[in-house]
Amino acid sequence: MKKLKINGNTLLLLITIALFVVMYAGGMAAYGAKGFSRLQTFLDILKTNAGLICMASGLTVVMLTAGIDISVGALVAMDCMILACGMEAGIGAVPMMIIVIVIGLIFGAVQGFLVGYLEIQPFIVTMAGMFFARGMTAVISTDQKSITEQINPLFYKLANIKIKLPFGGYVNRKGVYMAPNISVGVVIALLVLVLIFLMLRYTKFGRSLYAIGGSEQSAAMMGLNVKFTKMKAYILSSLLTSIGAICFCLNTMAASVQQALGYEMDAISSAVIGGTLLTGGVGNVIGTFFGVLINGTISAIVKTNGKLASSWPSILTAALLFLFIVIQSIFAAIREKQKG
Amino acid sequence: MEKDVVLEARGITMTFPGVKALDNVQLTLRRGEIHALMGENGAGKSTLIKCLTGINDFESGEIHIDGIDGPVKNHSTRDAQNVGISTVYQEVNLCPNLSVAENLFIGREPLTAIHTIDRASYNKRSQKIMDDLGISVDVTQNLENYSLAIQQMVAIARAVDMDCKVLILDEPTSSLDDEEVEKLFVLMKSLREKGVAIVFVTHFLEQVYAVCDRITVLRNGTFVGEYPVEELPRVKLVAAMMGKDLDDLAAIEKETVDIKNAEVVIDANGLAHTGTVKPFDLKIHKGEVIGVGGLLGSGRSELARSIYGADKANTGTLKVKGQEVKINQPIDAMNLGMGMLPDDRKAEGIIGDLSIRENIILAVQAKRGTFKPIPMKKQEELADYYIDLLSIKCPGREARINQLSGGNQQKVILARWLATDADFLILDEPTRGIDVGTKSEIQKLVVDLAKQGKSIMFISSEISEMLRTCNRMVIMRDGEKVNELSGEDELTQDGVMAAIAGGEKVNG
Ligand SMILES: Nc1ncnc2c1ncn2[C@@H]1O[C@H](COP(=O)(O)OP(=O)(O)O)[C@@H](O)[C@H]1O
Ligand SMILES: [Mg+2]
Repeated sequence: MKKLKINGNTLLLLITIALFVVMYAGGMAAYGAKGFSRLQTFLDILKTNAGLICMASGLTVVMLTAGIDISVGALVAMDCMILACGMEAGIGAVPMMIIVIVIGLIFGAVQGFLVGYLEIQPFIVTMAGMFFARGMTAVISTDQKSITEQINPLFYKLANIKIKLPFGGYVNRKGVYMAPNISVGVVIALLVLVLIFLMLRYTKFGRSLYAIGGSEQSAAMMGLNVKFTKMKAYILSSLLTSIGAICFCLNTMAASVQQALGYEMDAISSAVIGGTLLTGGVGNVIGTFFGVLINGTISAIVKTNGKLASSWPSILTAALLFLFIVIQSIFAAIREKQKG
Repeated sequence: MEKDVVLEARGITMTFPGVKALDNVQLTLRRGEIHALMGENGAGKSTLIKCLTGINDFESGEIHIDGIDGPVKNHSTRDAQNVGISTVYQEVNLCPNLSVAENLFIGREPLTAIHTIDRASYNKRSQKIMDDLGISVDVTQNLENYSLAIQQMVAIARAVDMDCKVLILDEPTSSLDDEEVEKLFVLMKSLREKGVAIVFVTHFLEQVYAVCDRITVLRNGTFVGEYPVEELPRVKLVAAMMGKDLDDLAAIEKETVDIKNAEVVIDANGLAHTGTVKPFDLKIHKGEVIGVGGLLGSGRSELARSIYGADKANTGTLKVKGQEVKINQPIDAMNLGMGMLPDDRKAEGIIGDLSIRENIILAVQAKRGTFKPIPMKKQEELADYYIDLLSIKCPGREARINQLSGGNQQKVILARWLATDADFLILDEPTRGIDVGTKSEIQKLVVDLAKQGKSIMFISSEISEMLRTCNRMVIMRDGEKVNELSGEDELTQDGVMAAIAGGEKVNG
């Protein structure tokens, strides 16, 4: 029997998970009476954040290569706007979703080419991508769009499908049994999460990402195709963002120029809280998932409380980020010490 | 191509901005030979290797490989691997954040039926590879948990495990101990039996004569000649590398200091750092070169670090020029007129992206404090002075330090500490990884500095170089200062070896 060795990175992940559990349990203790302890509350966090889970998974992939992609929030806005306008113009929901995904692939391919082959700083490239996508959203339309049943019945139906779970329900005041449910977006997000997890762990591409983040020069000298791998990372990020945008749109049923503003920062902070290092080579989508959940729980607690100002989630996230960066550097220092 | 030739490179020329690194160089490798590629630091050995493997883009010349029509031009290590060239580069090129097994197999992982990587299989194979090499590691642990020596063995194991016609080893032995070098040689010999052509770069001349069949010598980016090893004895090899005869290597005039009358600069009493050095007493006089000997890991560097405050001493007292002082961190030591050249120059020494000038003035600036910048004029003077004094080969003082070869980088760091005008200098392995010519220059410099009244602590793994430079030697064993040797009769190769070994005096 092999002994399970816990290294610093696994420990960090455990801390993230523990933090989520503590925070959630705290929420249940404080707001149990307001329904916080129901399974549905948790599922709603998933529902609200389904898009974010997809985007943050993509960002994790990019961050593993020591890169960054700040275009994701703007790309969500553009995708949603395209979805809304396309359907308004009478195009079907399925073709529109395919179009959005293809746009994601092309968008990512351009950014990936610039970063991978022309070796331009990812921050600059994706900042340009961000301005482009946000600008294009306004070019397409500056209106507040909302997708109604009249505009596209299929999309509307998709948004309102409630997949009931066979457990964890409760009986409401009227004596009706309420089964907990999840949306299509949640299913997509969880699927993405599992696939990316497997991809990172069990494919050549996944391992190459870690190698490049560990040392780009070494990866090249070991014969890996660094340029193409980096390009693929950015393609994947934009693709997952587009998938995330569909989840996001299914949840909000709206589009506007100001949509998903600052979402890239939410995605990055989730990945960082989940233990992904900006310097690359370390991280995991499981951590990122819990990072999203922690952010989501903070918002849910503030919302359930109802009296706290809505600025509290930002402040708490700031505190958490700070905490995690400190813990990470303490670990790094300990590791150096053990070695030396 | 001649029969039995597996690789032939002709007329290779390559320039870096400001430096012609290779000028019309050739290299011919035959099946089943170990071919030493020799030359001083900066001669262009690594550059030639990188031209062969596609990392560097050469301007002219041709590479021919057995079995392939027409000249071959590689564009990346991957291309090189595809034509049968497997390489261990001079800098260990692995990923610290991956496991040992992954470092062995990444890019060529065995796959399962559904094209996912087969972790179980490569973990098992990796464990066998490392076990066969007699290196005990847990291959599932991250590489960063292991020492540089083990990392180097992993890099070698990776290259060797790939099917190749040509195996290139660029200074693979620089951080290995004798036993590991021996293992490597066994491995190289068995590959030679199988017909692999091996290129071997090393700074240890005895290693050349232990395994090599043929030698190609480069000097200053030019091809000097190719010789069967029997026809090029040591002295001739050194002469070929340096372009001059080397009878002045031994000619270092040691100053015999009169210890009893000289001022005591450093006086340590029961100094210790828990876990690394046990309490020791040590007096160092003005104008003295004191050597610190011992096996790797015996506490040589740690002794120095505890004096310098890099590891804060927890017990004992330290007097500098008769004054009792408290050193909490290196800057305190610097202000007391000490300087230390660390042994890990990559981690603690050079700042790769800064220029030579900036690297030289770094310590002087730290001593003055951040808010009193040194005038540019003065900085340039200092840099030029030391580039000249130490004959640092570089395109100019504003060149980035990581464009220099290892030996020249070492000189820049040395210049950094000389520039602080320290009275007491600690030099930890100042000659590691640099060629014979530069080595003797540095040794001379050390003796000269002592003559000017500076005190120097010289730490080295090479006993012969300490014997040439030191007036006195401290011997370390298991973190403890066990002996102090001085005088002609004690300072001999045998005497020092015996003291290090700790047994009876070894005879013959
Ligand atoms: N990346 C680089 N940029 C600029 N100059 C370089 C670079 N790499 C090596 N050089 C220069 O090329 C010459 C040959 O260096 P190198 O091949 O590393 O020597 P060796 O391996 O024989 O010690 C040196 O003068 C060195 O300064
Ligand atoms: Mg070299």
